[in-house]
Amino acid sequence: MHKDTLTELSASLGARRISARELAEYYLERIERFDPALNAFVTVTPEQALKEADAADRRIADGTATPLTGIPLAHKDIFCTAGIKTSCSSRMLDNFISPYDATVVARLKDAGAVLLGKTNMDEFAMGSSNETSYYGPVRNPWDHERVPGGSSGGSAAAVTASLCSAATGTDTGGSIRQPAALTGLTGIKPTYGRVSRYGMIAFASSLDQAGTLTRSAADAALLLQVMAGFDANDSTSLPDPVPNYPDELQTPWEKLRIGVPENFFDDGLDADNAAAVRASLEVFEKLGATIKNVRLDHIHLSVPAYYVVAPAEASSNLSRYDGVRYGYRAEGSDDLLELYMRSRGEGFGAEVKRRILTGTYVLSTGYYDAYYLQAQKVRQLIAEDFARAFTEVDLLAGPTTPTPAFPIGQKVGDPIQMYLNDIYTIGANLAGLPAMSVPCGFVDGLPVGLQLIGPHLAESRLLKAAHYFQLETDWHRRLPAAYA
Amino acid sequence: MCFDCEFCAVPLTPEDVQKLCTLARLEIGPEEIGDLSAKLSDIVRLAGELQAQDTAGVAPMAHPLDRPQRLRPDTVTETDTRELFQQNAPLVEQGLYLVPKVIE
Amino acid sequence: MDWEIVIGLEIHTQLATRSKIFSGAATAYGAAPNTQACLVDLGYPGVLPVLNEQVVVMAVKFGLATHCQIAKRSVFARKNYFYPDLPKGYQISQYELPIVHSGYIQIPTSDGALKTIGITRAHLEEDAGKSLHENFHDYSGIDLNRAGTPLLEIVTEPDLRSAAEAGAYMRKIHELVRYLGISDGNMQEGSFRCDANVSVRPVGETKLGTRTELKNLNSFRFVEKAIEVEAERQIELLLDGGSVVQETRLYDPDKNETRPMRSKEEANDYRYFPDPDLLPVVIEPSLIESIRAKLPELPDAKRARFTEQYALSDYDADVLTSSAGLADYFESAAAAARTAPAKLIANWVQGKVIAALNEDGLEISQSKVAPAALGALLDKIADGTLSGKLANDVFDALRTGEGTVDEIIQQRGLKQITDSSAIEQLVAGVIDDHPEQAQQFRDGNEKVIGFLVGQVMKASQGKANPKQVNEVLRRLLLE
Repeated sequence: MHKDTLTELSASLGARRISARELAEYYLERIERFDPALNAFVTVTPEQALKEADAADRRIADGTATPLTGIPLAHKDIFCTAGIKTSCSSRMLDNFISPYDATVVARLKDAGAVLLGKTNMDEFAMGSSNETSYYGPVRNPWDHERVPGGSSGGSAAAVTASLCSAATGTDTGGSIRQPAALTGLTGIKPTYGRVSRYGMIAFASSLDQAGTLTRSAADAALLLQVMAGFDANDSTSLPDPVPNYPDELQTPWEKLRIGVPENFFDDGLDADNAAAVRASLEVFEKLGATIKNVRLDHIHLSVPAYYVVAPAEASSNLSRYDGVRYGYRAEGSDDLLELYMRSRGEGFGAEVKRRILTGTYVLSTGYYDAYYLQAQKVRQLIAEDFARAFTEVDLLAGPTTPTPAFPIGQKVGDPIQMYLNDIYTIGANLAGLPAMSVPCGFVDGLPVGLQLIGPHLAESRLLKAAHYFQLETDWHRRLPAAYA
Repeated sequence: MCFDCEFCAVPLTPEDVQKLCTLARLEIGPEEIGDLSAKLSDIVRLAGELQAQDTAGVAPMAHPLDRPQRLRPDTVTETDTRELFQQNAPLVEQGLYLVPKVIE
Repeated sequence: MDWEIVIGLEIHTQLATRSKIFSGAATAYGAAPNTQACLVDLGYPGVLPVLNEQVVVMAVKFGLATHCQIAKRSVFARKNYFYPDLPKGYQISQYELPIVHSGYIQIPTSDGALKTIGITRAHLEEDAGKSLHENFHDYSGIDLNRAGTPLLEIVTEPDLRSAAEAGAYMRKIHELVRYLGISDGNMQEGSFRCDANVSVRPVGETKLGTRTELKNLNSFRFVEKAIEVEAERQIELLLDGGSVVQETRLYDPDKNETRPMRSKEEANDYRYFPDPDLLPVVIEPSLIESIRAKLPELPDAKRARFTEQYALSDYDADVLTSSAGLADYFESAAAAARTAPAKLIANWVQGKVIAALNEDGLEISQSKVAPAALGALLDKIADGTLSGKLANDVFDALRTGEGTVDEIIQQRGLKQITDSSAIEQLVAGVIDDHPEQAQQFRDGNEKVIGFLVGQVMKASQGKANPKQVNEVLRRLLLE
């Protein structure tokens, strides 16, 4: 049962081969058994899950069910959940009970999905290995000595180990795609603004976007169908109508022109990883796609541009955590400045502090033009490169990460090495483009991902390409032996 | 990396970092400051790579969406939920959030 | 050496919206602490701002009324600093691209001439909450009801040269925002506050001196007094060979002195950058035109029209246009009146009507005597039905709601006697009753006529038309 995709579970629930309650109990039992070793969950909500499961069974019985009714899900702990601790894996919010639901949470709840719990992550989504969490690192189900990627590492590990059927994630610089690649999952980051950011705790507002970590593109289509769409509470939410993603998957294949950015295959990319990606391009050729090389002339500047823009926005977004209205407050501060300094100094971890200080620096007098403004101009150049490429091709394809999952502790001491993990994924965030990672092979027994990037609002095209790829391959069906 | 412009070359001294910490209201232990200064200097050097790019005449891109701000009608939609909100508050009295005395 | 004072003002006026600038919480004044502070106002994790359309309309109204450019594209930025009444750790404001800019207004100067004051810009921003320092011993209490209330910050060029000019400018803006209906201008409630940038320089010097900023001046008088004492302080400082420090200062009305603001001493670096949660505000010409079309008549134009259309003196026009409400009252009374001249109506509005309002403690809009009733009443004076004295009585009857003008005249039988035969009877009677006074008049004693007129009026209980009585008396006495 836990080998099933969300799509298959949805069919079983619809056909009454299994009840939502049985399903919830089954996954809760797996969480109890496996999570102590994985540390994928920050909070598990059994009572609420079973209540929601029973409600789901009633909906299935009275015929008001949706394809997601009764599906056991987990939310990244960055999404606000009413009445449930919402920590962002930070000591700062360790005591924070959200009084409201994020739009994503509310929509999935309305569809009848069952929430099993909140998943571990890099603190405030700042990290690429899940090692910056206040609650400790998450283990990669394929190799417990290795990272699952980040920042949505808990969601990735939970789905990979079948502790839930699918999970939500957020992607500011690759935080859905990179962990998906390192754990053998399908991860999609939609177009900026396609999914509401309301109730999703902000890291970098002009880059953040919610998405999913699932076993297949078909599963992602079902979830995105519910998550996507206009939200009056988010000024940057797109009003454009949402296509029927699941139906679009079933439409016949049209000849795609796939562009391969040469500079994604430079010496930074692991040779075996590169080989796996090249091999998957042949699958698309067999499907009748034409492959053509393209150049993204400024993509090499995406990491420096990102590490100016993201920290700048983060330094401001995280100023609200001051120990006055909610969250961590240092004891015994009798002076206001001391209260601020200590509450924030003790409440935030090392990486979050580095990002806040970097952002404070690049926005400060004398440096704004040289760093922040220059980064915005480079961002423009990078976006124009993508726009130019999409006049010649329908999709871009390349690696998601430079290497497979790396050992826990290997890069945590070296921010620059850590930041370079996002070298292929950051571009899509800077340009606001939809992108996904699809399992495309293994290197030394560790999964690696193929990244697909599309033009604005091309989610259907991305999902369909991934779906047809997954009809031809079975990488996405492989499970870690310990969890099979 | 390029070290030929002031921005890439300049590292942050512990004094610079201490100033930033005050501006950002972050207490940093004296034992951390050295390592932190070194790491921030690396990050700032990485960011300094941007200097090598000629961006003359390029419009800065503040946001991925090139659309106008949407406006909401001027209607009151919120009701009083102070009690609920203040359950998260570290210190409240008579409905007010308390902080160490502010001097003006 | 003579000194010149150079002043620039920043006026913060709260916009009269129902809900806040970025949230659906109410803006009503005086609610219990933090009961009008929603998730967005409290800066909760994950919440986002959505702009209130009315603040855009109100800012455009102000821009059009002050000859400003309306920006086709304006941008909200974050001003970053930590303060307990600023929940997000940044204030959403406008920095490089304000919604309106480059305009002016004219103010009257002491010599009666008009002076043009440049308006650099007016931008939208959110207000902060309030810190209460009393009765919490070592703590301050934070009330965030005001957080997120829309503000229009109006910034002048350094064109003002005296405390009096600063006061005149502030009054002018205050009158304007109330005329436009974009702010209640209530200073006690802090809806209309002012910061003053003050510097001094020797007359003839073209370079500006070092300025200080006087914060939170919330009355016309304080603005003038604060500027006076601060200018004196700076001049004395310079005369003693000292130099002015650029700093933020507070005015203490009790001591009538200014002192540095301690909490603002630490040098701030606000790190402004475009707010990534909000997209640029785009204002189409069509919107500007529809707002222009609905713009009310502004004080200066109204004043000019009153002197022109109603042939009123500048003084009368000034008083009657001092508030839109009073002007409207006068115009509806004038419209209702058929024969009463505008001057008569103007006198009554400025006299009896305002006096009655003050007595009852009412606004003009709540006047117990409707403008139409006043018009009808004054027609009765114009056509001689009522004497001024009787009209006063009718006015008071109208105040106490005794009925319409005609009803009151009927019920009280106040109608003036103008029928000459009736008056001749009265006069004849009085002459018969006072033969020797009649004789004294015939013998040439002019003064005695007053006595006789008085007798006739008495006999008519004041209803006889005095002018007629006088004529008839003379005629009958000399027959």
